[in-house]
Amino acid sequence: MQPILSISGVEKRYDSGLTALGGIDLEVRRGEIFALLGPNGAGKTTLISIICGTVTMSSGRVLVGGHDIVRDFRAARSIIGLVPQEIALDIFSTVWNTVRFSRGLFGRSPDPAYLEQLLRDLSLWDKRDSKVIELSGGMKRRVMIAKALSHEPELLFLDEPTAGVDVNLRRDMWAVVRRLRDKGVTIVLTTHYIEEAEEMADRVGVIDHGRVLLVEDIATLMEKMGKRRLTLTLQHPMAAIPAELAAWPLELAADGHQILYTFDARADATGMPALLKRLGELGIDFKDLDTERSSLEEIFISLVERA
Amino acid sequence: MLRINHRGMWAIYRTEMQRAFRTIWQSIVTPVITTALYFVVFGAAIGSHMQQVGGVDYGAFIVPGLMMLTILTQSVSNASIAIYFPKFTGTLFELLSAPLSAFEAVVAYVGAAATKSVGIGLIILLTATFFVRIEILHPFWMLAFLLITSIAFSLFGFIIGIWAKSFEQLAIIPSLVVTPLTFLGGAFYSIDMLSQPWRAISLFNPVVYLVSGFRWSFHGVGDVSIAASLAFMTCFMALCLAILWWMFRTGYRLKP
Repeated sequence: MQPILSISGVEKRYDSGLTALGGIDLEVRRGEIFALLGPNGAGKTTLISIICGTVTMSSGRVLVGGHDIVRDFRAARSIIGLVPQEIALDIFSTVWNTVRFSRGLFGRSPDPAYLEQLLRDLSLWDKRDSKVIELSGGMKRRVMIAKALSHEPELLFLDEPTAGVDVNLRRDMWAVVRRLRDKGVTIVLTTHYIEEAEEMADRVGVIDHGRVLLVEDIATLMEKMGKRRLTLTLQHPMAAIPAELAAWPLELAADGHQILYTFDARADATGMPALLKRLGELGIDFKDLDTERSSLEEIFISLVERA
Repeated sequence: MLRINHRGMWAIYRTEMQRAFRTIWQSIVTPVITTALYFVVFGAAIGSHMQQVGGVDYGAFIVPGLMMLTILTQSVSNASIAIYFPKFTGTLFELLSAPLSAFEAVVAYVGAAATKSVGIGLIILLTATFFVRIEILHPFWMLAFLLITSIAFSLFGFIIGIWAKSFEQLAIIPSLVVTPLTFLGGAFYSIDMLSQPWRAISLFNPVVYLVSGFRWSFHGVGDVSIAASLAFMTCFMALCLAILWWMFRTGYRLKP
């Protein structure tokens, strides 16, 4: 199937000489939730801004739903919704008017029933006649989302949607995102909360210094890059790893009370059963055993550090 | 696929007009009160000591200039704030990301600003009829001048709004350029009343051509020929359109 978003060779150089993006190639599949991860200043927002038309790219090509964002900007932009990082609203307008304005601006015919449902889903219906200036920060963010969804986009960009957002709004927001995905809307989000990406996204792209370091299914990534670690808490502390265990890359921790064994999670032979057997033969007793899998956050840090 | 995003244009136009009604005191009542004050000062107090100008009573003589003064300042300030405010608050992103061409955005914003100016111009004219007897010799041309001036100076204001980086810069052009040029442009006198070299210097003031043409549509007499007035308007509007075309093409102070 044709990807809903196809980015090839996108570069952004500023007049100051700063290169924000150095040749981005990326494809987002229709209907997926794609998380764009990267440290501050990596170029995530610049990339989104280029796709949405608020920043001009220096070179490259972007297709949205098969439409070139420069040559065929009307077709491309009419299927995009954008929720930027910063709250920016006409504060003197009412909630209803500003959402209706957004729908009109994107060329859609009025549909009060759809807008009512949208405001209800975002718990904004009671506030429809309130002026934006009277709303709390969380409510304003909901209005930003309502505006972005007012024209029923097929591709929604959420730039740091949960930064500085309370637990309730975050939960509501993810409920909305899931509902949209069920309707077939493609979602591209940037986030600092890696556990969120791990939980929500189908695929992740890691971007740093204006380059894509990796694009992968979350599951595959976890499998491929994920390390597992076995922690054995010993009955009696030891001063050093016995020479008989040299076949395994072991470390001592907690003043000799623990043995740590880190191994590749995808390897067929993890060496764990053999290790346990050998420990038994050597008469090394342990009182607890624990294994853990590395999180996306650790994977992310190791990727960015390596780059 | 839609060729012209008329719904998008209408959304902008309607929102801009709503903004005017939201600030109805500032938008409409202020110009009316200001006009009334001018009539009291220039018409009643000073005008009674003035002779006729070009066969027209002084009170009636200043009506076109007074209308021009307000239309120019209102057009510039309305259109400039319309685009500057979204830039200032950050809501400009929505306009830039919408499936709307630069041309459509300009037509919608400038159309709304010009509509307000035409409305205010007509309100001033109506207010003036309470003070002086006014005859309009060429009503069609009067409306045409009103409309063209409103559009041209709304375009000019739109440029100022894109150019301005602060509220100070936003205010500087209307207060330091437009208002002085209007006062010196024969709003309250005929430049024939000036001695040389001031008369010759005045001919470099673009507002002279506007006021003169507009006054001709009222009273049938102007300081410069009607052709010169129309030529000036056309050139000014073409220049504004060219600058705007360049601004949107390069994204000048609109998008990095």
